[in-house]
Amino acid sequence: MALIRNGELVDDEYRVLSDDETLPASGAVIVSLTRWQADRETLLARAEMPGVWLDSDESPELIAADLDAIGVVALEFPVFRDGRAYSYARMLRDRFGFKGEVRAVGEVLMEQLHFMLRTGFDAFEVTGDDPLGQYQVAQADFSVWYQATGDGRPTAIGLRQAGKA
Amino acid sequence: MYRYDEFDHKLVGERVNQFRRQVGRRLQGELNEDQFKPLRLMNGLYLQLHAYMLRVNVPYGTLSSTQMRRFAHIARTYDRGYGHFTTRQNIQYNWIRLEDTAAILAELAEVEVTAIQSSGNCVRNITSDQYAGCAADELADPRMYCEMLRQYSVLHPEFSYLPRKFKIAVTGSPNDRAAVAVHDIGLRMHQNEKGQMGFEVLVGGGLGRLPHIAHTIRDWIEPEHILSYVEAILRIYNLHGRRDNIHKARIKIIVNQMGIDKYRELVDAEFERIRDGALTIPEAEMQRIEQYFAPPAYDTLTDEADFLEQESQASAEFGRWLARNTVEHKVPGYRIVNLTLKPLGKPPGDIDADTMDAVADLADRYSFGEIRVTHRQNLVFVDVRQQDLPELWKALDALGLATPNLDSITDIICCPGLDYCALANARSIPVAADISQRFVDVDELADIGELKINISGCMNACGHHHVGHIGILGVDKRNQEFFQLTLGGSSDQNASLGDRLGPGLPQSEVPDAIASIVTAYKSVRQEGERFLDTYRRVGIEPFKEAVYGPSKKKAVA
Repeated sequence: MALIRNGELVDDEYRVLSDDETLPASGAVIVSLTRWQADRETLLARAEMPGVWLDSDESPELIAADLDAIGVVALEFPVFRDGRAYSYARMLRDRFGFKGEVRAVGEVLMEQLHFMLRTGFDAFEVTGDDPLGQYQVAQADFSVWYQATGDGRPTAIGLRQAGKA
Repeated sequence: MYRYDEFDHKLVGERVNQFRRQVGRRLQGELNEDQFKPLRLMNGLYLQLHAYMLRVNVPYGTLSSTQMRRFAHIARTYDRGYGHFTTRQNIQYNWIRLEDTAAILAELAEVEVTAIQSSGNCVRNITSDQYAGCAADELADPRMYCEMLRQYSVLHPEFSYLPRKFKIAVTGSPNDRAAVAVHDIGLRMHQNEKGQMGFEVLVGGGLGRLPHIAHTIRDWIEPEHILSYVEAILRIYNLHGRRDNIHKARIKIIVNQMGIDKYRELVDAEFERIRDGALTIPEAEMQRIEQYFAPPAYDTLTDEADFLEQESQASAEFGRWLARNTVEHKVPGYRIVNLTLKPLGKPPGDIDADTMDAVADLADRYSFGEIRVTHRQNLVFVDVRQQDLPELWKALDALGLATPNLDSITDIICCPGLDYCALANARSIPVAADISQRFVDVDELADIGELKINISGCMNACGHHHVGHIGILGVDKRNQEFFQLTLGGSSDQNASLGDRLGPGLPQSEVPDAIASIVTAYKSVRQEGERFLDTYRRVGIEPFKEAVYGPSKKKAVA
C-alpha cells in the first residue's frame, strides 16, 4: 500500500487504528466514526491532529462541527462502484470548507482518479507496481472539464468567457 | 444545431484517447473483464450474445446529414452494413470488434458525436421532443437547455458512479412527445403566472421491473437555475439511493420509499445551499448556446392547403401519407415529415448504410440538412416546404420509408428480444412482424388511427410495454414463451401504466388477440375517439371479453 499526496509518493505519518486497539501515547492516528464519537475529547487533546475514517454510509455531516480540529478525513470506497464518497468529498470542501486532507481509501482505481481529484480528494491510498507512474498518466487524462466543482480547474464555460474578455 | 468549439473538441478527444488506453490495457491483459466492464460501459460498449454492441448518442435526437453519413460509414466499415435506432435517441451497432472501438470513437468525434455515458450508472443521453424548435404546438424550444444539460452531465466527476442509470428528458410542448413522466428527471417547459418561461421538474418516473409515473417535485424553476436544481436532485440520489439491490437502485424506488414530500425537502434544502453558485448559467453562455438553435433560413411562404388537397385528390396514397405521417409546422408553408423505420420482420429502428446515405441526401435537399431521431424509433425531417412534399414523398416511398403508419398499430416499438439480447425471455421481433402482417391494409390502418403498440421481450421493459396503448410483454413459463397483454398505457402528458388484460398467450394467438381488441374498439368507439380514449371511457371489460370470451370469464369467476 502506498500513499500519494498532492501528486507525490509520501510516507504516511498516520496509522489506521482498529476499534479494539488501545490508543498509543503518541503518533497520528485515523479512527473509525464509532471510536471518534466515543473518544472525541481524548483524541482532540492529543498533540497530533486526529484523522477520521468514514465508511461509505457515514456522512461527513456527522463530524462537521469538529472539522477544524481534524487533520484527515478518509473516505472509503468499499467497491469502486459505490460513488457516495464523491459527494462526501464535495460536501467537505464546498459546503464545510474543510482544508485538511481528504484521503481516498478502499478500492481506489486509477481510472477514477480524475473524478476524485475534481471532487476534492488530495490523497490516495493505492496499490500496484508503479502507483506514481499510473497516477501521473491518469491525472493528465483531461485538461478541460464542463463542470465547475470548486477545485479551480479550468472549465469550458470559464475558458470561453476568458476568451471573450 | 449545436457545433463544438475548441473546448468541446478537446474534451471529447481526450476521452477517446483515454478509452484507447483502457482498451489497450484490456487487450494486453492488464485489466481483467471485471475491471474493464464499467469502463467500457461508460463508453457505450456492451458484450452481447454474439459480439460487442456499441451505443452511440444522438443528443436530444438532433443529427446533421454529415453525422448520418458518418453513421453509414461506420456501419459499412466496422459493422455488417446497418445500425439500429433505439427508444432513447441512440444508434446501436451490433457487430463491433473491441480492437476497432477506439478508431470508431475517433471517427465519430470528428463529426461531434460520442458514445460517452450511453451506458453505465451515470447520466445518459439527454432526450427531447423530436419536433423541438419546429412544432406548431410548442411553447418554447428546449434544445438549448438540452445542450446545457448534455455538457453539464458529460464526465461529471461526482455523478459518474450513481446507484443506477439516470435518464433525463425535456419537453417544450404541452403535448409531451418526450415521455418525460417515465424518466428519472422529466423537465416540462411552461410559463408561470407572471408569464416567465421556466421548468416544471418531475422526478422518479421509470419503467423496468417496477414501473412508476414521475412526481412533480417543483412546479416552476427559472432556466438559469436548472443545472443547480438538477444537481441537487442528483446529489440527494447519490447519497440516499439504494445500493444494496440492483433492482431497487433507481431513483424511483427511493423517491417512493421516502415519499415525494421528504425527497423534495432534502432536494430543496440542498438547492438553497447551491442555488447562486457556480452552476448558475451565465447570461453570455445562454446566448452563446441559443444562437446555435436559431431558426434556419426559412423562405417567406404561405400555407398550401389547396395545393396539398389537389395532390391528395390526385393520389390517394400521397393523401394517406400526408394525413398520417406529416405534422403541422410553426412556420407557414412548411411541414414536419416523419420517416417510419419499421421494416417488416426486422427489429424496428433498423436501417442499412445505403438508406442512411440516401436519407442524408434527402435531408440536404429538403430539410436544411437536419434529421431528427424519435423515441418511437423513427426519423424526422423537421423543415420541409409544403411545395416539396409530393416530390419528397415519392423519394421516401422508393426507399420504403413512406408507409403511412405513424403512431398506428404497425408503428410498433419493440426491443431486440431473444434474437439478440442475453436478458430476454422471448422473441419480440416475430410478434411485431406478425402484427404488421395482419394489418397491411392502409385503409384499415387509417380507420383504426392512433394505436401505439409497445413490445418488450422481458420485464426489463426496453420496449416500454407499460406505456403502450397496447403493451405486450414476453414471459417465460416452464421454458415456453408467452405474451402478456396490457391496455391503456401512455407516456404522453397524461401518462399512465397499462392494466393487465389476462393470462399470457402463446405467440401464435397474439395477432388474433390484437385483432379482437381492435374489433371491440371499433364497435364501442365514439366519433373521432382514439383507442386510448375509448379504453379510458369504457374500461377493460369489453376487451377482456373480446380476447378471452364471456364463457371463459364466467368459468374463471
